[in-house]
This record gives sequence, C-alpha cells and structure tokens, in this order.
Amino acid sequence: MNIHQRITGDLVAAGIGFVTTVPCKQLAGVIEEVDRHPEILHVPSNKEDEGMGLCAGAWMGGRRSAIIMQNTALGVTINTLATLIQFYRMPLPMLISYRGEPGEPVACQVEMAVHTKALLAQLLIPAYHFHRQEDVEELPKILDYTFMCSKPVAILTDASFWGGY
Amino acid sequence: MIRSEILQEIAPVLRDQLVICNIGIPSQELHAIDDQPTNFYMLGTMGLASSIGLGLALVQPKPVIVIDGDGSILTNLGTLPTIANNPAPNYILLVIDNGSYGSTGDQPTYTGRKTSLAGMARAAGCERVVECRAEDTGTVLQDALQAGKATVIICKCESGNAKMPVITMDPVTIRDRFMQAVAAD
Ligand SMILES: Cc1ncc(C[n+]2csc(CCOP(=O)(O)OP(=O)(O)O)c2C)c(N)n1
Ligand SMILES: [Mg+2]
Repeated sequence: MNIHQRITGDLVAAGIGFVTTVPCKQLAGVIEEVDRHPEILHVPSNKEDEGMGLCAGAWMGGRRSAIIMQNTALGVTINTLATLIQFYRMPLPMLISYRGEPGEPVACQVEMAVHTKALLAQLLIPAYHFHRQEDVEELPKILDYTFMCSKPVAILTDASFWGGY
Repeated sequence: MIRSEILQEIAPVLRDQLVICNIGIPSQELHAIDDQPTNFYMLGTMGLASSIGLGLALVQPKPVIVIDGDGSILTNLGTLPTIANNPAPNYILLVIDNGSYGSTGDQPTYTGRKTSLAGMARAAGCERVVECRAEDTGTVLQDALQAGKATVIICKCESGNAKMPVITMDPVTIRDRFMQAVAAD
C-alpha cells in the first residue's frame, strides 16, 4: 500500500464519502486514488471556495466531506472558511499540499508559504504539519477530531512528506 | 415583477422542498414570506448557494431548489461546469436574474447588458436550461420538479427589493433545523 492509498483509506475509514479537489502536483497521486475509490464521490471543483460550498452541502445532506487543495488556496477561501464553515459550525478536513517549503523549485510558491501558518492561526483553525512520511499515522485521529469538534482543520503536507518534487 | 413578488408567488411550491437561498435580501424576503425549517438561509458567503445546493443534491434523493442571483452566479461562474458535469437529477438552480446586485443597492450587473446566463449555462454543458419571464416562474419550477433532470432556470425580472427585517436566527440553528428536515422521512 502506498501513501496515496493509505490516505484515501483513512478518509474512507473516517466515514468520508464526498471529496472535492483542485490539483497540485504533489496531490496528483492521492487525487487519483480518491477518484478511483468506489466509496467516495469525487467532485472536482474549479475554485476552492466553490469546493467548500459543495462540501458544506454534502455534509448537510448526511455525507461526511473533505477538500484536497494547495496552500495557495487559503488565499481564496478565507471568507468562506469564516462565514460558511465556521459561522454555521461545520466540520471540514482540509488536506493541503504545503508548497513553498525547503525543496521548493518555484519561488512564487514561497510567497504564500510564508503566510500559510499565520493565516490558519489567525482564523483559529487547528493545523497539523506532516513533514515525515510516518506523520501520516496521525491522520485517523485528526479526522475523528475534526468531526468531533465540527471545525475546519488543516493538514499541511510538505515536500519532504511527499518524498520531494 | 421584482424578486419578492416572485418569491411570494412560488412560496407554496417552495414550502415542501429543500431550499438553499442566496445571501442578503433574497433570504430576508423568503424568511419573511414563509420561514420553513427546509430553508437554508445564507447569511454571508456570496456566490456559494449553487454549490451548497449541488453538494446536497448529489448525496441524497430529495429535490433541492437553489434560489440564486445573477451577481452571485457571476462571482462563482465555475459552478456552471461543475453542475453540468456532475448532473444531479434532483437539482434545480433558479436564478432570479434582476440584472443587478440587489442587496447592495441595485448596482447593475453585466447580465443586464450583453451577458446571457442561459447561454453561459448551456455553453458550460448544462442540458436543461430554461429562460423564463417572472410571471411564468411558478409553472417552470413545477415543470422542473417533474422533469427528473438537473435544471437551470434563468428568471428575468425587474430589480427592486422589499423592505424586510434582517434574519437574526443563529446560523447553527438555521443549519441544525435544516439538517433535521433533510434527514426526516
Ligand atoms: C465577497 C463579497 N463581495 C460583496 C458582497 C456584498 N454583496 C452582498 S449580496 C450582493 C449582491 C448579490 O447579487 P445577486 O446575487 O444578483 O442577488 P440579488 O440581491 O440581486 O437578488 C453583494 C454584492 C459580499 N457579501 N461578499
Ligand atoms: Mg441580482
């Protein structure tokens, strides 16, 4: 079982049956697994705030949902996180590729990386940083925690976690 | 006809259905005309009513009616391809196209000029798109409920707002009673 299958398996084991995604190179493998999994309805979105709307609807319909996106997407989802997900108190696991950390080849990615944890902290969003591959062992607990407290929760996965670029 | 007159007229149809209602005055009007636990009022987050409704329609069988606005569709245009490519037969998107940002003082949107939302929905791949006059909204909505196919309705109407009170209900209460209505038999 590779890391992509393991993460997808953990999502399903946490009862998640609806996932929306906007791609990042680092997320390609997990998105492919999510798309293939028979117990997940995968609805790709065109922008991450749209995706959070889809997740909110699916969750209100009785299906646990999650979003997979790049950290740059925090820049387009702050209003949605505050006025939809937090205001109506909805759980939302966010599996986020943490671009712009050491190993990053694209300078522009660093520009949002330096804001990523600060923005999450400002929004009082619990955030977990996966740096080594074994950090994935915490994922099931983090997912349970998300649905226990009904909050958006960020799982930041950096280049080292994914084994480089 | 303005939005509130349309809502008044279709209220008996909306009453028994799951409704996701657009931010601002549209939600205030619907709330004042006929508050129901089956109504989910958006108190913020302009643009996402159509997406919330789609997520809801995709995971459960009851019909979902989204009452949206032209300005909100324009700000979340990516919603149209997502609706088209993930067809939910129980999904109805009713866009009250008053050619303006009603809630903020009727500033014009581009749909009052050259832009056709029906054309954009069709180009996005939506198969059942109906453009109608305000007077015909009730009939078109009934047809859509019968159609058993994802439907986008573009209802052309005049701009203008009824003076209604702000919704003071707690968002978690709105959401919780809505979820109970979704789950009820
Ligand atoms: C991101 C953001 N920008 C602007 C606003 C202000 N705003 C609230 S409702 C609205 C107009 C929505 O227009 P439309 O969807 O056409 O609905 P109408 O009131 O015309 O029925 C605007 C601009 C907002 N709430 N959020
Ligand atoms: Mg409008």
